Amino acid sequence: MINTHEILDTIHMIDQEHLDIRTITMGVSLLDCAHPDPKEACRRIYDRICQRAERLVPVGEAIEMEYGIPIVNKRISVTPIALVAGCSETEDYTPFAEAMDRAADACGVNFIGGFSALVHKGFTTGDRRLIRAIPTALAATERVCSSVNVASSKAGINMDAVAAMGRAIKETAALTADAGGMGCAKLVVFANAVEDNPFMAGAFHGVGEAECAIHVGVSGPGVVHHALKKIPGASFDEVAETVKRTAFRITRMGQLVGMEASSRLGVPFGIVDLSLAPTPAVGDSVARILEEMGLEVCGGHGTTAALALLNDAVKKGGVMASSHVGGLSGAFIPVSEDEGMIAAVRSGALSLDKLEAMTCVCSVGLDMIAVPGDTPAETISAIIADEAAVGMVNSKTTAVRIIPAPGKSVGDTVVFGGLLGSAPVMPVHPGSAAVFVSRGGRIPAPLHSLKN
Amino acid sequence: MLRAIVTVIGRDQVGIIAAVCALLSEHQVNVLDISQTVLQEYFSMIMLVDCSDCSVPFAQLAERLRAAGEERSLDVRIQREDIFNAMHRV
Repeated sequence: MINTHEILDTIHMIDQEHLDIRTITMGVSLLDCAHPDPKEACRRIYDRICQRAERLVPVGEAIEMEYGIPIVNKRISVTPIALVAGCSETEDYTPFAEAMDRAADACGVNFIGGFSALVHKGFTTGDRRLIRAIPTALAATERVCSSVNVASSKAGINMDAVAAMGRAIKETAALTADAGGMGCAKLVVFANAVEDNPFMAGAFHGVGEAECAIHVGVSGPGVVHHALKKIPGASFDEVAETVKRTAFRITRMGQLVGMEASSRLGVPFGIVDLSLAPTPAVGDSVARILEEMGLEVCGGHGTTAALALLNDAVKKGGVMASSHVGGLSGAFIPVSEDEGMIAAVRSGALSLDKLEAMTCVCSVGLDMIAVPGDTPAETISAIIADEAAVGMVNSKTTAVRIIPAPGKSVGDTVVFGGLLGSAPVMPVHPGSAAVFVSRGGRIPAPLHSLKN
Repeated sequence: MLRAIVTVIGRDQVGIIAAVCALLSEHQVNVLDISQTVLQEYFSMIMLVDCSDCSVPFAQLAERLRAAGEERSLDVRIQREDIFNAMHRV
């Protein structure tokens, strides 16, 4: 029998250290829902999602109860809508988002991802229409998340798409100004997007995936933080070992829950995403882990090195605990969703430039960052281009989820509520990138992408 | 066999084990193993039980245990054993 200490340890992790499964995400293929009549296509999309994900929430809740482990979110990701809607004879793709929203509501999930386009090399007609519809779609729906992949290590950076996304973000903020530009919190611009990401807002069901799959995103910054608290002053060898051991346990739990959900739903198990995903709750912060390693405040010198160690050790610990690892897998550093990050930005210790450096060594990118509402679209595009360059050259996923908060300036705070938290508005560099962004075309892929 | 772990945590008092065992036996749940410690006034009991013949659905049993614990200001929970195996055994 498992010993008392181990059992109490697990219960303590769940009760005191915010150990949870962050999300069970069901990926659903919509490829065969395409139809020349957009109304028929939307009907098929709605029916398909409802039919596949009907039992997702009750099954998730049953597992949660039986194992005594919180499963915070149950979500759905679908085939990038640009691929499905491309066949329909319509200019306006907003109804597709509305069909997704209705289906998400019917299934009881809080977010549905996949109002997406993959344009890293170029646009199809469907891609263009989808990008044009993003602002209205995000304003008209509650649960729909959108993502656009504008760069890859193989194809380079599509600068026309980068320019278009800067404008789309501005417009989305304007259309959702009542809610502080909330629409932008549901819009991600990717480089090297992954096809099996269970985390929102960037989740979509890639074309290489099966009809349907269950992916699991684990969490547990609080557990890692707590483990490190027990070894003050220890060498980095010991720090890395401790993170690995902790990540292993967290991931084993994710694997168990994923397998159980997959067998109960009769859907193949996809992957476990080994990410440390923070929440705004005290004690669930990635920034605080970095500070536990000995930094006075997250954002100071040494932060990038601390994050590099954390990110790597999480993967090494988690990879043996799971049959299939995928998604983004690493440490997330969303500013508004991390109590320690928010505090670091407020104190002036953490800047946009330092965050950019941090994204070179962790799993995603500039995430949930609020900037002044009067930031020009070209500046946002240039920020996207910088992040995409980091991703392209380092053959990793990077993303930008940025909120030009309408009517707000540096020092103000935008409150989104719930898991999305609140973001202090951060300054951007004043120098214009308008001429740079307006060049258009494609930044070629780096030499080391030619691996064949 | 559907094995689960019952944990009871809280301030020590007379009759904790009796109360939990009575509730379990009422629902045809068989106790396989018990371990119990009292640290200062802090009581913790861990039971390995078999729920294969449980007369009510697992969710209902969990809720009744929780409610019974609440009456005595105890934290009582039941969880499938697999989660502990997964986290602590390779």
